[in-house]
Amino acid sequence: MTIVPVIKRDYICKLAEQGRRVDGRKFDEYRKIQIETSVVNKAEGSARVKIGNTQVLTGIKMDVGEPYPDTPDSGVLTTAAELIPLASPDFESGPPQEDAIELARVVDRGVRESKVIELEKLCIEPEEKVWIIFVDIHILDYDGNLFDAASLSTMAALTTSIVPASRFELGEDYPLPIKEPPISCTSVKFDKYVVIDPSLDEDEIADARLTVATDNNGDIRAMQKGLNGSFTRDEIQKVINASLNNGREIRKQLSQVTGK
Amino acid sequence: MKSDIKLIDDNGKRLDGRGIDELRKIKIEAGVLHRADGSCYLEWGGNKVVVAVYGPREAIPRHTQNSLRAIVNARYNMAAFSVEDRKRPGPDRRSKEISKVISEALEKIILTELYPRASIDVNIEVLDAEAGTRCAGLTAAGVALADAGIPMKDIPVACAAGKIAGVVVLDLGKEEDNLGDADLPIAISPRTGEILLLQMDGHLTLEEFNKAVDLAIKGCYTVSEIQKNAILNKYQSNQGV
Repeated sequence: MTIVPVIKRDYICKLAEQGRRVDGRKFDEYRKIQIETSVVNKAEGSARVKIGNTQVLTGIKMDVGEPYPDTPDSGVLTTAAELIPLASPDFESGPPQEDAIELARVVDRGVRESKVIELEKLCIEPEEKVWIIFVDIHILDYDGNLFDAASLSTMAALTTSIVPASRFELGEDYPLPIKEPPISCTSVKFDKYVVIDPSLDEDEIADARLTVATDNNGDIRAMQKGLNGSFTRDEIQKVINASLNNGREIRKQLSQVTGK
Repeated sequence: MKSDIKLIDDNGKRLDGRGIDELRKIKIEAGVLHRADGSCYLEWGGNKVVVAVYGPREAIPRHTQNSLRAIVNARYNMAAFSVEDRKRPGPDRRSKEISKVISEALEKIILTELYPRASIDVNIEVLDAEAGTRCAGLTAAGVALADAGIPMKDIPVACAAGKIAGVVVLDLGKEEDNLGDADLPIAISPRTGEILLLQMDGHLTLEEFNKAVDLAIKGCYTVSEIQKNAILNKYQSNQGV
């Protein structure tokens, strides 16, 4: 470990002892979130999300292709994320590294397992033709908490996507069938402190990370613990509560922007 | 490839209503990213491009270092969702070539001899593509480099001219690029008029070529003013903060 993170860690932990964070937030407080949809004309749906200075753009493309043999009458979803060198001095070009793959898979699970997209409605001809949905997550500016920005921009982009049926001569375009999306909230732990929506410095010194996706019933829809630190049962409970509270506010903001 | 579409109508107007020497709408904003040393967001017609500059910083891997000057790494990349049919992520032959010619154009204008062993990385991301992305990318790169405070002899600027329906016109749009006869992107140093990038595909007579070059260079000067305003705007809006 180089010296700078050690000094930063010391400083952040000292502040945390007094219940403070570097940017003045409370432990369970998010940075300002901005959501903008339909920002890319060529995409079937798109959204740019800013959480503080972190900026993520997600675009949805759709194509017609063959279904998987085990789900012959459902559409296909694929999610990819790239940590492009544009977004941070530390990101390098080349094939996606494991961090990018974990990010894409966590977002993918949030969409897939909570059945945000009604994939069974995206069948054109069973076993032959279904809609394939490509979710491409583009990180533009990395200033901490990629998981939430990536997930929120994906939900916003999907919610406002239009199936390009006319381009494939399959009738008129129609909105992608979407159900209430879950909202992901990520917390990190350093030393004995747990904070939500980590800034870059907090992300870099974190021992453990926990992402919790919650729905509008207050139920949990997806979780992912990351990094080599650990949480106690009690801490996990607190993280879930903070995720529920923040998730409620973020969901309100999302539905205001998407009108759904 | 013939088609029924009339690229120029009887009033001399093009498909999108432009005259033959008219540019598409251009919007440039400097300093849009937090992490980058310099950045720029540019809209040029239906093109949307964001550029981040990092550096000068130590060139890695070490064997890429030049002991006499900095190396310039432009990386042109198209987002998967930026085109009609999804593009597979990652570099392909086309984007590698564009990266190379843009790097070379920028190398000429940057005072690379000030930073031996360093690299200056210019990341060009095309978010929405609609003909002329290399000109858009290079123009945005010029603004992002200035925003990063990289010493340059000038702010490079690019613009294309082409030939449609037998007429030489400025700044081809999507259909014009697909159905037209020739496309000629140019990048210049506006202060000296030196040509930094020149490509052409299609078919032009010598006379048409000269006309197209003149037109493209004229376009470059118009775009150059928008670039300068974008940089000025950033500092004006920073005043009093």
